[in-house]
Amino acid sequence: MSDEATDSPQAHEGLVPSAAEAREQMLEIYPKKTRRKREKQMLVNDPGSPGEIGANSRTVPGIITQRGCSYAGCKGVVIGPIYDILHITHGPIGCGWYSWLSRRNMTRIRKAGETNFLQYSMSTDMQEEQIVFGGEKKLALAIQEAYDEFHPKAISIYATCPVGLIGDDIHKVCREMKQKLGINIFGFSCEGYKGVSQSAGHHIANNGVFKHMIGLDDTPVEGKYKINILGEYNIGGDAWEIDRILALCGIKIIGTLSGGVSYDDITNCHMADLNVVMCHRSINYMAEMMEKKFGIPWFKVNFIGINGTKKSLRKIAKYFGDKELIDRVEEVIAKEMSEVRPVVEDVKTRTSGKTAALFVGGSRAHHYQDLFEDMGMKVISAGYEFAHRDDYEGRDVLPHIKMDADTRNIEELEVEQDPARFNLRGTADRKAALQSEEFSFSDYEGMMRQMGKDTLVIDDISHHEMEKLIEIYKPDVIGSGIKDKYIIEKMGVPCKQLHSYDYGGPYAGFKGAINFYKEIDRMTSTKVWKYIHAPWHDAAPAAEAAAAPEPVNA
Amino acid sequence: MSEDTSMLNEPLHATRNACKVCAPLGAAMVFKGVSGCLPFLHGSQGCATYIRRYMISHFREPVDIASSSFSEEDAIFGGSRNFKAGVGNAILQYEPELIGVATTCLSETIGENMIAMIRDSQKDVEITSRTPLVHVSTPAYNGSHSEGFHAAVKAMVTHFAHIDAPAHASPTLNIMPGMVSCADLRHLRELAGLFGMNAVLLPDYSDTLEGASWDAYHRLSPGGTKVAEIRSMGRSLGSVELGHTLTTGESAGAWLEKSFDVPNFPLGLPMGLRFCDRLMGALAAISGRATPQSLLAERGRLLDSYVDAHKYLSGVKAAVTGEPDLVIAMAGFLSEIGIRPVICATGTKPRHFKELLAGEMEGGIEDVSIIPGSDHHRLEAAVREAKPDLIIGTSKAMPLARALGIPLLRSGFPIHDRFGAQRELTLGYRGTQALFDRIVNALLEHRQESNPIGYSYL
Repeated sequence: MSDEATDSPQAHEGLVPSAAEAREQMLEIYPKKTRRKREKQMLVNDPGSPGEIGANSRTVPGIITQRGCSYAGCKGVVIGPIYDILHITHGPIGCGWYSWLSRRNMTRIRKAGETNFLQYSMSTDMQEEQIVFGGEKKLALAIQEAYDEFHPKAISIYATCPVGLIGDDIHKVCREMKQKLGINIFGFSCEGYKGVSQSAGHHIANNGVFKHMIGLDDTPVEGKYKINILGEYNIGGDAWEIDRILALCGIKIIGTLSGGVSYDDITNCHMADLNVVMCHRSINYMAEMMEKKFGIPWFKVNFIGINGTKKSLRKIAKYFGDKELIDRVEEVIAKEMSEVRPVVEDVKTRTSGKTAALFVGGSRAHHYQDLFEDMGMKVISAGYEFAHRDDYEGRDVLPHIKMDADTRNIEELEVEQDPARFNLRGTADRKAALQSEEFSFSDYEGMMRQMGKDTLVIDDISHHEMEKLIEIYKPDVIGSGIKDKYIIEKMGVPCKQLHSYDYGGPYAGFKGAINFYKEIDRMTSTKVWKYIHAPWHDAAPAAEAAAAPEPVNA
Repeated sequence: MSEDTSMLNEPLHATRNACKVCAPLGAAMVFKGVSGCLPFLHGSQGCATYIRRYMISHFREPVDIASSSFSEEDAIFGGSRNFKAGVGNAILQYEPELIGVATTCLSETIGENMIAMIRDSQKDVEITSRTPLVHVSTPAYNGSHSEGFHAAVKAMVTHFAHIDAPAHASPTLNIMPGMVSCADLRHLRELAGLFGMNAVLLPDYSDTLEGASWDAYHRLSPGGTKVAEIRSMGRSLGSVELGHTLTTGESAGAWLEKSFDVPNFPLGLPMGLRFCDRLMGALAAISGRATPQSLLAERGRLLDSYVDAHKYLSGVKAAVTGEPDLVIAMAGFLSEIGIRPVICATGTKPRHFKELLAGEMEGGIEDVSIIPGSDHHRLEAAVREAKPDLIIGTSKAMPLARALGIPLLRSGFPIHDRFGAQRELTLGYRGTQALFDRIVNALLEHRQESNPIGYSYL
């Protein structure tokens, strides 16, 4: 009994240092230069006027970061999940092997006759010979081999670190092989050293998908309300839950970029009337480019958490403006909520007042705050792994973001209006008519405006800072990834993996929310760490300390 | 069928579903097995992140690996600035006793001079001069995680073992165990103890990669071989080196023998009666003691079970894939219990792989398809042709095993679709017994499940 009382956050709230003090304790170990840099990446939050955060800056070498590389962002995150492209990694074996089904992008074939190649991890497996004499020949042969064996619709090539350094021109090889084989073949220069994190790879991927796939197939799509979901990768089946809800509402999704999606869906997805964006960080480039070229407007949605899901559905309905759709959406929400409500009410009796911290991704650290809010939990600290300032402070800071060398090295595509296909379905006009204070487009308010006052925002958190955070706050749960999961749990705090969902999910939409509430309830109710000490552990000292005897009938 | 098998003989230009991982992963695993050691990869941060990701999903333990986090600029002008800063930061935050520095494709391709860089960093930064940096060259375009592992063991030994190091307090044996499970490491130590010897196991990640819950925070997981022990490896009674591929080059054990006259016993992984007998023979020779009765009893029970299960195993065919040392030992063991290892595939191309296999296999290798440099695609073609009853391989072999309806016994690295890989014992008479039982039961289970009648008495 008494244990539980001291464990509750309310009980020790008075004792915890303020966010500013906690920040200082995290920073004090660093040498001057590192400290100066980390100071800019750790802010005490003021939702009314978010401070300037030093996001998307270089990782300090030797700090143990959870960040990945450009290749991981490009092949691993954005393009890798397109299931009927044959993906070939050009490089030594590691990179291709590590990105082999290691993200949990769920896939099922959408159309008869398609093939799912995701169980294949093809690599040119470069050897010393290619490092010395060049690998273009081996790449061309690998493409030929892949074509002969699988006859895919498209082949995609990903460059790893040595490729750029030895000067292999993968794009030339792709052009030549495309001409020879007559299928779409394209390459991505996503060498791991480019940019400061996987974020650079997202941008490179967006550019390539836009250049080589978007707009290839003008076949009209049936359906009254047609949209694309951008930045949804179907981890744990999230996209399928969103599909289910939108189908109930009568909304057609042409392409989900890029979870559980086919090559054909992507080449045809410019036939949509609206783009909605889930993960702003990884795909806002695509939304912008599609709007410029085809006049398809976009806005940010969030299908994580019931409030986010409801708000997103209502906004989509309002965009199309049909009463039929608006009513249908309300019916769906009412019906789904009748299932969600009893679960969340029950879970809340145990989770209310508990605390969480979130360090993940480029959008999840924000999105998941909604789910914790639903459960009456307080997010005391959060931060992204690879996001930019706009994901923290909102898109209105975009004009003020300083261009640095790492960002400048990533190509910014020059996109022009497509004279024949711009505003074909009057979407640009609809945007002009709707745009107002109450209805925003091309919007993202960022994480900090939603987070509580005097919470701690930490970008690209290091292991040392995590350790301090746990020591100071001992949150009831931390949402993070596999790389820090076990260190967090060694310290007696349950950790929910929000990259891979700990092999669970979905957590999006209504059914997903139910899954998540139950999961967090299970994790924050565990008593396992109470058994760290064997029953006799305290017995000897207690016997000696006669001054403080254990009360017999406590 | 014919098109599936024809590819076996063709040179292939793309690797499909590789049977190997990259060299720095092997090095990182060794570094995790040295007390107070922080692994550090010189290259893009993605390498450290990917390697951590996979080691963690196998061991389900924290694995911290630092990186020099190259930017594009560093890739062009060299990473010495990042290296120095990275090492300095890592030391300040983690206070490691040493740092294990492995290279990556990036730093190897641009030809970084690691020796000079390490010397420089230790000269300039006051704090780094007290922390030894042990370097191993591990480009992924040369070898695999298996070669990276052995290279890192040798780097540790040649860096620290010294003629002036103090003698061990008690009779001590060096064991270079190879890439084995945490349970195997603990058992090897126990075996040395049964012969009255302390063991310096290099590496020993049995605690760092399978630790208890903590009641206090540790910057680096506790456990591992102590640097002082490695220093004194030249003063041990002998070295036992497990892994057939180690016999084809100058291994750490061979180097210790050459430099300090420590007799080296190069053995295969002790799986199966014959290989275990060899290990006990070596331990007896080094310690001057007879094999204890308790081990003889284990041996007796193992042999007895061979007899009992022979009706289930005789004539069974198996495909084996994994690290080369594991494949050779496993194939040798299978051949001893009546199973024909009709396919022996490994992702890398170790020297004399075929000869090493031939030397250990009862019944010769005529009917065996030996595939160095294999991937799972090639393996699948071979499996379709040879139709084995059992596949022994990593989690990555699951899709092909499932597609062909053949039971898969998981072994090697990585295992991320089963629980407890780090606790799986396969070495020694006792480990062989556990492995033997798993094999028999996998076959029985498959036979039972594929039979329409529910026979429960087998």
